[in-house]
Amino acid sequence: MPSNKSVSDAPISQFINCRILRGHTLQREDLWVRDGKILDPEKLFFDEQGFADRLVDCGGSIVAPGFIDVQINGGYGVDFSQPTEDVAAGVSLVAKKVLEHGVTSFCPTLVTSPPAVYHQVLPQVQVHDGGPDGAGVLGFHLEGPFISPEKKGAHPERYLRTFGSGGMEDLTEVYGGLDGVAMVTLAPELPHSQSVVRMLCQKGIAVSLGHSVANLSQAEDAVQHGASFITHLFNAMLPFHHRDPGIVGLLTSDRIPAGRTVFYGMIADGIHTNPAALRIAHRAHPAGLVLVTDAIAAMGLPPGRHPLGQQVIEIQGLHAYVSGTKTLSGSIATMDMCVRHFKQASGCSVEEALEAASLHPAQLLGISQKKGNLDYGADADLVLLDDALRVRTTYISGEEVWRKDA
Amino acid sequence: MDVSFSGFHCASLTNSPLPTGSTPLGCYKKLIEYYKNGEISFEFVKTFNMDEYVGLPRDHPESYHSFMWNNFFKHVDIRAENAHILDGNAADLQAECSSFEDKIKEAGGIELFVGGIGPDGHIAFNEPGSSLVSRTRVKTLAKDTIMANARFFDGDLSKVPTMALTVGVGTVMDAKEVMVLITGSHKAFALYKAIEEGVNHMWTVSAFQQHPQTIFVCDEDATLELRVKTVKYFQGMMHVHNMLVEALPSQQKKN
Repeated sequence: MPSNKSVSDAPISQFINCRILRGHTLQREDLWVRDGKILDPEKLFFDEQGFADRLVDCGGSIVAPGFIDVQINGGYGVDFSQPTEDVAAGVSLVAKKVLEHGVTSFCPTLVTSPPAVYHQVLPQVQVHDGGPDGAGVLGFHLEGPFISPEKKGAHPERYLRTFGSGGMEDLTEVYGGLDGVAMVTLAPELPHSQSVVRMLCQKGIAVSLGHSVANLSQAEDAVQHGASFITHLFNAMLPFHHRDPGIVGLLTSDRIPAGRTVFYGMIADGIHTNPAALRIAHRAHPAGLVLVTDAIAAMGLPPGRHPLGQQVIEIQGLHAYVSGTKTLSGSIATMDMCVRHFKQASGCSVEEALEAASLHPAQLLGISQKKGNLDYGADADLVLLDDALRVRTTYISGEEVWRKDA
Repeated sequence: MDVSFSGFHCASLTNSPLPTGSTPLGCYKKLIEYYKNGEISFEFVKTFNMDEYVGLPRDHPESYHSFMWNNFFKHVDIRAENAHILDGNAADLQAECSSFEDKIKEAGGIELFVGGIGPDGHIAFNEPGSSLVSRTRVKTLAKDTIMANARFFDGDLSKVPTMALTVGVGTVMDAKEVMVLITGSHKAFALYKAIEEGVNHMWTVSAFQQHPQTIFVCDEDATLELRVKTVKYFQGMMHVHNMLVEALPSQQKKN
């Protein structure tokens, strides 16, 4: 019998026969959903005398919050940094496909580009909730162009920029508007970066440190001004040195303001970071670890040669090389692969592996009241997994949006 | 057919050091097991809990609402409108108590009361000195009770509720059948006072000596303060009593 409708007459779903991730543990509990949000069944019982309209049998699955990918450059042949006429279509294609990996929200990432590209691409995609058509877009992640020439990695050098006077003018001139931007990666050793960091944080945009030769002190200053993330730890920064740990030293710095956490992205594909390095980072600061795919356009394409942009990429297993060479051209691991590999390489618990892909990115972006957990009132974005952490079904706002072997 | 079933979640849980497999919890687990096996349904069962703390938020993990939801209601098919628990946060506590008595009457009275006792022989929160004809009302908790409960509130005495709403001794005496569950040696003296001494308001459970249909279910430790003669008398009847208990279909299949 449904509720007495005193609060809402929307139908109520009860997910049974499952283990849910709540309070940092997997609990044998049912999960209740109404109006796309996680519902408190005890309040439903005592306040509304209600119970479920439909039961969803999870077949013993693990129910985790949907995964959140804060660094993904494209996939399935789509490159978000390509200024096409219909950027939104490319983002939608990737958004639909990543549901298969358990990703329910993501930040389309743009690498260093000329201002014209930002001006064309940014206005075409708005922040929006996910649904049957694909994962939700949380906002763009702008990785560059205010980065160090010495750590540009694969970013095109001619488009790197510095801050003129450190004001909004630099940002507006390069990016156009900042609406729909969730995160910016910059190098904090660039002069005038501190005021930029402060300004971005005041606008609610996360600031990440990366592609940088900053020392620990410069990195700590940036954190004092509000920076809260490290872009793909270890890659494109100075290596850890015992007398100057550089950006890596933020993991154990004692100059982080009280109550704040520094998060760090890890590409756990088994290729971009040696498992021993992954373990060192995880053991030093487990609460800050955020799994990212940093996937390129070749992700999701079958093995073989594929022309992408100006290059030809060759896919062999989980490696994507510039064709004819052994130079890695980017990562193509999917988020669920990263979760599995992280768990296996670090020896962490199932709960920790799942939280690194859900709770931690949500905390980083300041959206953990709605995303990244299964607390009452949170959005019902779910991923159902088997014990080997393979994705069985994906839900957004309580509705099924992908099922394996559907 | 309506069945009214009362008294779940007994005071013994609040007063006793938490033994492994606390008596009422074990009882609920069994009922849940029978429900999951399809042997019993709670769809037409009405329950009335016997007590609740005053002033404790309903969703506090130590409230009796939380206890009943987590340990029983959420596992079975009972209807929310049939599960009655006193509201310790009501604006008018006395009116809440009177209304509870009215709801019991409307349900046709209690058919079966199940509960435990405290080491001081209390039934529900009817502590020593309670009237044996009392009705549902507000009671101040004894210092001993508050101290014993502190373990559930992080050992902080200031966080422990000092008052509770409880059904009265008279309310329970109106039930058609009463079943009192007594386990453990720390209850032994109370059991002795309850059945081998006279009816006395200092040991309120002794009132049931004057109830037409009451059974006390005990384990061996609980009988440690009784006369050997009493224990042997009841043990001698067990072979007959056991035959009166019908095995459930699932157990019959096993045999």
